[in-house]
Amino acid sequence: MSELIKVNNVSKSYWRDSFEIPVLNDITLCVNEGDFLALMGPSGSGKTTLLNLVAGIDKPTRGSIEVAGTDIAKLNESSLAKWRSNNVGFVFQFYNLIPVLTAFENVELPLLLTKLSKAERRKHVETALSVVGLADRMDHYPKQLSGGQEQRVAIARAVVTDPIILVADEPTGDLDKHSATEILTLLERLNKEFNKTILMVTHDPHAAEKAHNVRHLEKGDLV
Amino acid sequence: MKILKLIIKNALRHKLRTTLTIIGIAIAVIAFGLLRTVVTAWYIGVDASANDRLITRHSVSFIFPLPYAYKEKISRIQGVEEVSFANWFGGVYRDKNQFFARMAVDANTIFNVYPEFQLSDKEKSDFLKERNACVIGYEIAKQYNMKLGDIITLEGDIYPGRWDFVLRGIYQPKTKTTDATQMFFHWEYLDERLRAEAPDRAGDVGWYIVKINDPNQSAAISDQVDAIFRNSPAETKTETEKAFAQGFIQASDAIINSMNVISFVIIGIIMLVLGNTMIMAARERTREYAVLKTLGFNAKHLIGLILGESMVISFLGGGLGLLLTFPIVAGFEANIPKGMFPVFQIEPVTIILAVSAALLVGIAASIFPINRTLSTRIVDGFGHIG
Repeated sequence: MSELIKVNNVSKSYWRDSFEIPVLNDITLCVNEGDFLALMGPSGSGKTTLLNLVAGIDKPTRGSIEVAGTDIAKLNESSLAKWRSNNVGFVFQFYNLIPVLTAFENVELPLLLTKLSKAERRKHVETALSVVGLADRMDHYPKQLSGGQEQRVAIARAVVTDPIILVADEPTGDLDKHSATEILTLLERLNKEFNKTILMVTHDPHAAEKAHNVRHLEKGDLV
Repeated sequence: MKILKLIIKNALRHKLRTTLTIIGIAIAVIAFGLLRTVVTAWYIGVDASANDRLITRHSVSFIFPLPYAYKEKISRIQGVEEVSFANWFGGVYRDKNQFFARMAVDANTIFNVYPEFQLSDKEKSDFLKERNACVIGYEIAKQYNMKLGDIITLEGDIYPGRWDFVLRGIYQPKTKTTDATQMFFHWEYLDERLRAEAPDRAGDVGWYIVKINDPNQSAAISDQVDAIFRNSPAETKTETEKAFAQGFIQASDAIINSMNVISFVIIGIIMLVLGNTMIMAARERTREYAVLKTLGFNAKHLIGLILGESMVISFLGGGLGLLLTFPIVAGFEANIPKGMFPVFQIEPVTIILAVSAALLVGIAASIFPINRTLSTRIVDGFGHIG
């Protein structure tokens, strides 16, 4: 398997007034295509920050991040936005669905940035919702769905554009055990059946068991 | 699903807040429209002035009369096409609250110098035939249900006594801004009675209306008219009709200016109302905007979403306000004396200003939330650092 993600000597600091707060220290990490990597660690260890950097929603203070041959740290905001829409699918802890849109419309959102026709968009959305088992709930609003169903809609939204990597930040953190198992099974299926490269941040050892590799972060260092 | 659908759904997300904002904007637009209508109604006489008419009045004040004999002398000036005159009569019709302009005029020339008062040949002929005939504007005829042949009785105040007139003509306004609330009768009718009852007041007119061939010569002709009567017992002041009309409303300038200022302050208030709504909406959706950015929506998309929402609310409020302004202005018009504001209607410029204000308010109210949304980093939008 080829290396899909190369994180080279990446450091990240935040600034509060004149104080520098180091979050990641000289991280180097490779993720192969089709891999399922779990990042674990205590709160404040920098795992979400690392995920954000790889997903292109934040920029490193130092170092480079190559995803499928593109050094995303060098892209400007506009190019990065376009890159994200083409290459990354996001799953968040709190689902982050738009409450005024139906499940169908939420999943359709990323496709509005493409040149697909309305009919093509519909086909993609229906396929994505079928994959997550919610084809019969496409006209439901988020408030009409359970937490597990909301997260499945969020996963459908993440995969509808057929991204090369899927990043999931505590995807089971807000779910009961049964729903969490469903979501993890779904992610596992996406990895195995659809060959999606998955990076998942989690506190939950049960969730991490589903991953091929588990890496731990401690105070900004990969251990 | 299109972005427009999301804009509309966002605008209607908090129905009560959006409804209150729309009502607030609508009320402000109504107030703006009403104030602007009063201001334009005030200036209507100035705006409707013809540039080929001069007014010659007594140099001291409009209330001092001029000798009838001046007419002939003014007529002889080169460039003068026709000279007419009028005299403010005043009087009371029914009671003092029924106000409209009543003037003794030169019946032979008045409709030549005021072609915007349109009278049929038959009515004009009938008016000229009878010494106590009168002509009234269409609006007055409509208000008092007057018909040709009716006797109109006025109780004189400036010229005491009972004055009876026979209605022989109802003039139609040529344009919407033409004053159709006046009453004209023969100056000779007034003068004859004054000769009998108050001879010292006879033979005078209030002011002259001088129609000229070339509006570019107005200043020169005005100077010539005033030069003829310089050092006479009744010196004159000649000016364009526009300047004359402006002189009438000059005393009310402070009030009108205040109304003008208030009408624009109202726009500022609308801006604050909508701005507040948009800021609250954008703050509540910080996380959603972060999600959209994460999905690849760029600055243009987010500007479109926020500006679009602001414009939707602004135009809904502005449109509702504008729609309601028409019946409200009509209601005001029906309840104010006709003579107070001869023309009281929403001018196209008021509609343009209201629409422009809605546009401006929509844009201005979205600036701060757009700036805030664009400057918020995605990770800050999600509100946590791992």
